[in-house]
Amino acid sequence: MSKIHVSAVVNGDPVDFLADPRESLLDCLRDQLGLTGSKEGCGTGDCGACSVTVDGVLVCACLVLGVEAEGKAIGTVEGLSDGGTLHPLQRKFIEHAALQCGFCTPGILVAAKALLDQNASPTETEVRYWLAGNLCRCTGYDKIVRAVMDAASEMREAV
Amino acid sequence: MHYHKPHTFEDAIKIAANARGVTRFLAGGTDVLVQLRAGTVTPDDLIDLKLIPGVHDIVRAKDGGWTIGIAVSGAELGRHAALVADWPGVVEGMNLVGSTQVQGRATLAGNLCNGSPAADSVPGLVAAGATVTVIGPKGTRKLAVEDIPASPGRTHLQAGEIVSAIHLPPRGAQGGDAYLRFIPRTEMDIAVVGCAISLTLDGDKIATARVALGAVAPKVILVAEAAAALIGTTLDDKALAALQAAATAAAQPITDRRGTIEFRKDVVAVLAARTARIAYARAKGAVK
Repeated sequence: MSKIHVSAVVNGDPVDFLADPRESLLDCLRDQLGLTGSKEGCGTGDCGACSVTVDGVLVCACLVLGVEAEGKAIGTVEGLSDGGTLHPLQRKFIEHAALQCGFCTPGILVAAKALLDQNASPTETEVRYWLAGNLCRCTGYDKIVRAVMDAASEMREAV
Repeated sequence: MHYHKPHTFEDAIKIAANARGVTRFLAGGTDVLVQLRAGTVTPDDLIDLKLIPGVHDIVRAKDGGWTIGIAVSGAELGRHAALVADWPGVVEGMNLVGSTQVQGRATLAGNLCNGSPAADSVPGLVAAGATVTVIGPKGTRKLAVEDIPASPGRTHLQAGEIVSAIHLPPRGAQGGDAYLRFIPRTEMDIAVVGCAISLTLDGDKIATARVALGAVAPKVILVAEAAAALIGTTLDDKALAALQAAATAAAQPITDRRGTIEFRKDVVAVLAARTARIAYARAKGAVK
């Protein structure tokens, strides 16, 4: 089972890794590149804990093969903060206590950022539908939705 | 597992023809990767079709018909305003598949070839009269979408054959379609019952109709009796009652954890009437 050389860009940085063709992009990110922010919850695309962007499109990294990342730009939760400065979404998640165990949080942050990148003023309903594929078993979602709405509001004012 | 990235369908077919073990074709991967991880299907050869030119395109033909590439994602379909305007029922069916994340990858062709009787995008395609181009070792053929599914998880595609494009006929004037499904929650679930209807009007009267039902038989079914109940009517109460009776009669569901036989036969009637009203309103010019 020969491994395949993959060149991609992750959070703006060029990376190279060797992937077994059966390995998911999630496993490659975590095990080959040491980016353990993306989590494996279900491994079947139901929970969203592994949400990343591939060429700007929100996907579950468990449903993408590592070898499919060739030539692609991948965005993970590690790319959200700017050096030591948290992204407004990350700050608002802390302010609103929108996390408890935190396992779903990286995926929700990546998914929420993908929403705000294309819609700066989502309604609460739009946020809830957009995040329907991100399961949280701790918080009951209200604080998460409030944090996303608050971050969107702050980001609009900052422009 | 050998991973292949052909640049033409001809090459893809050759790779499949030379493969001796389990072969799978990869588009969105939202079923193939789940099966791979669960260990239910570990392909010896995995043939990624996304690098073939044209597979990401949505093209309108001169006659008003559409050709949709096999790697077009649900999200891309939903963003295509002209396609949504022509075939809102087809697009809303596909857009019900999975989450935002799944929409970024999942495809019509994959949903069809996965062979699930509950596939949300298939009834809409069947009702629309969609066809697919199939390329294989013995040449190219065109099949109606309803002739692809065979039974749960199985299709009528021959070994080594690939769906290479999906075709929607011209919508024409005074046409409308719709898809509704029942699930016990709001999002992220598998249809307990699905219903798609496409119709055209001549004035107020329904001139043509096609009714497709999902999750109430071993495969998505086209129900001619249900269409006959609509044709020639103005969708009055009598026509709706006849449609509902035909839909319930055609349904051959099973009882499983999602619903009982009795429940499904009841819900299919409710959905059929609601779907018909939406399709009719759209044919009358209602937006969405």
